Amino acid sequence: MSEAATEALRIFIVDDEAPARSRMRDLLSDCAAHVPLAIAGEAASGRAALALLSERPADVVLLDIRMPEMDGIEVAQHLQKLEQPPAVVFTTAYDAYAIRAFEVHAVDYLLKPIRAARLREALTRVRAAARPKPETLRELRPEPRAFLSAQERGKIHLIPIAEVIYLKAELKYVTVRDSRREYLVDESLSRLEQEYVDRFVRVHRNCLVARDAIRGFERATGEGGEGWVVVLQGCEERIAVSRRQQHLVREFGKDR
Amino acid sequence: MVSSINQNAYSSALPNFRNLGILLRILLIVNLAAVAAAMMESKGAHDFWQRLLDVMTVVQPLLMASLLALVVLNDLLKHLPYYLGAVAVIALELLLATLLHVYGRPLLQVEGAWLERYWTLTFLLTLMLLLYFDLRGRALSPALSEARLQALQARIRPHFLFNSINAVLSLIREDPKRAESALEDMADLFRVVMADNRELTPLAREVELCREYLALEQLRLGERLKVEWHVDKMPADACIPPLVLQPLLENAVYHGIEPRTAPGVISINIYLAREQVHAVLRNPYEHEGNHHAGNKMALANIRERLQLHFDAEASLTTRVTDETYQVHIVMPYVKGRP
Repeated sequence: MSEAATEALRIFIVDDEAPARSRMRDLLSDCAAHVPLAIAGEAASGRAALALLSERPADVVLLDIRMPEMDGIEVAQHLQKLEQPPAVVFTTAYDAYAIRAFEVHAVDYLLKPIRAARLREALTRVRAAARPKPETLRELRPEPRAFLSAQERGKIHLIPIAEVIYLKAELKYVTVRDSRREYLVDESLSRLEQEYVDRFVRVHRNCLVARDAIRGFERATGEGGEGWVVVLQGCEERIAVSRRQQHLVREFGKDR
Repeated sequence: MVSSINQNAYSSALPNFRNLGILLRILLIVNLAAVAAAMMESKGAHDFWQRLLDVMTVVQPLLMASLLALVVLNDLLKHLPYYLGAVAVIALELLLATLLHVYGRPLLQVEGAWLERYWTLTFLLTLMLLLYFDLRGRALSPALSEARLQALQARIRPHFLFNSINAVLSLIREDPKRAESALEDMADLFRVVMADNRELTPLAREVELCREYLALEQLRLGERLKVEWHVDKMPADACIPPLVLQPLLENAVYHGIEPRTAPGVISINIYLAREQVHAVLRNPYEHEGNHHAGNKMALANIRERLQLHFDAEASLTTRVTDETYQVHIVMPYVKGRP
């Protein structure tokens, strides 16, 4: 603990607005006299932040909530996939809903414009503070995530959910297939099914298929004898439809 | 001081007879009265149509002549004190009824067309309409003073306020000059937001305000925000309700620019066509936006204020295409003092 306390705190800034990042740098340099710290880097988007942070770890991420493409809370969700996830302090100018939720879950946040004293306080507390739990983050942001994230050799791969063709449960992982390749993500299939109920449909006990990717169905002989399989857009593979989900075949085409 | 205390008191005034909404109301009420009259006189369903035809042959020429006369005389009537004006309108109607009786009777050949009857019915209906417009004016008057309150509700988003203050703070050390001008823009913006917004304001002033607002947003968003102005042909002296355009631009930035990583263009096109002021605002449309409630509230508020000031003569329509969101406002061209 004493060793950690003397080591400079590596801080990473994420904000889509350049003036806000520059203001944060000024504030951090003001705090440096009281809290030993170093700026590990900064990014203008969640995607860039995740790429940089998997290369170069940080202790604390100061994370803006309202950003285009991927908001701060989703960034925090993907950050959990890192080997050593950093502590997160959210920043926001005004977001009544988020602030109430932060209070409820005792999640650290700073209101913009940020005071140096308040920032210092948050930074001194941060070593002791627990990392936000995945459940808490899910509650903070009930909407489905825009990306799935897979951890590969310490780096985070982001897979836009719109590009996913199917999700298949495999032992304790889920295989995510897009038109290029497969990824393994550490998620549960049933939770993904709940999260993306509009986007995916369960065709088999272990498989969810993107509704938009279904081109049709055909008869095929597989391991379990003859049955229906799904023909997919952007992927040669055929997915078996379980006996229970046969009604999908009949319903297919009715609503188009 | 007295005037400031009394500023909420309502003073009766004749309606603006050149306002489309007023004319439509007169048309509707007179025609309903005609239907009621035909209904009273008729003895059966078939007879009703005959009666209605009879009534209409008298009512329609008188109605059209009256509307025409009122539209022409509107400016003269406006300058009279209310009661004198009301008497003038009644006198005008009785005169028109007499003229119709004298010159129209041989042409129209309607039964029961005795002059006293024309006079009484015309007098009663005119009186009723004047009372109706007076009551309506009284009913809307508190609403008009509430327009100020509503303008406050359409106020600047706290999100914008705090982010802008943050942006100005970031400039103070590096670029104090820009920080100064940003604070000046902000002061102007809030002066208007906090002002008494019941009165109409020159279009040029509103456009100036919009430029100041966008300059502040530019500070935060930099390259991401591109603005195209097409206002060379705008009637700068037109009077419009204050804070009609600025909240729309705020929506455009919040829903159209901020959710994008790529730069987006907001275009503002203001022009005059057939004595009407058109303002067309376009911004990139983001399908994934989930903040539409705020947008609808601002639109409803602006629509309501347009209606309070211009009644049926103003309109606000929105259109969504694949990539753009468009708001189109049409207002009558009310010239201000030069």
